[in-house]
Amino acid sequence: MILTIKYFGMVAERTGRKEEELRLDEEACDLETLKSWWRRKYGLSNDMDSVQIAVNHALTDTCILQSGDEVAFLPPFAGG
Amino acid sequence: MTETAFIQGPVPAEKISDTIARHQSMAQIGAHSLFLGQVRADEVDGKTVTAIEYSAYEEMAGKELEKIREQTISEYGLISAQVYHSLGEVKTGQICFFVFTCSAHRRAANEACRFMVDEIKDKVPIFGKEIFEDESHQWKVNR
Repeated sequence: MILTIKYFGMVAERTGRKEEELRLDEEACDLETLKSWWRRKYGLSNDMDSVQIAVNHALTDTCILQSGDEVAFLPPFAGG
Repeated sequence: MTETAFIQGPVPAEKISDTIARHQSMAQIGAHSLFLGQVRADEVDGKTVTAIEYSAYEEMAGKELEKIREQTISEYGLISAQVYHSLGEVKTGQICFFVFTCSAHRRAANEACRFMVDEIKDKVPIFGKEIFEDESHQWKVNR
């Protein structure tokens, strides 16, 4: 499966990129697995707990990801 | 929404007067309420904010803004509602956020405007980098 991962604001600053493609052998994976991969890859620990995740433009806590999904790691909102 | 909610740089004063002028032909409107967010020169650890650089997850933010606008119109029985938010750099003293609600009577317009501002701050993925005078920065978090 292929996922598009997007980063914004403080998260993009920490990862040093705004977007990447993730290729996995599995046909599907859950959000927790993706979060663990992300924390391992970037060496981020609990200080990123305020990060919310949107899958295909909708915030979610738990879901099964399918190939083609767009996953965004979003820091706290600051509009206004 | 008939036009994009995002404006590159500060919201110009003309955008506000144009929005008011555009609604003058809607004779059933009896009340407008508007909110203007301005970039404040906050002081943090002895350093002063000189600007905020805004960015957004634009695809999602556009959808969320439209959802909030439609929900507000429906819940408060508004005749019209508009929202504009800046992207890119907005200096202190400049306007970064403009919400405009119109209804037959003042109460609905006032309450809807307040609701819309709170919902947008809470639910729309917009991010703000507060820039200090020495060019260092911190990330703004809505409270």
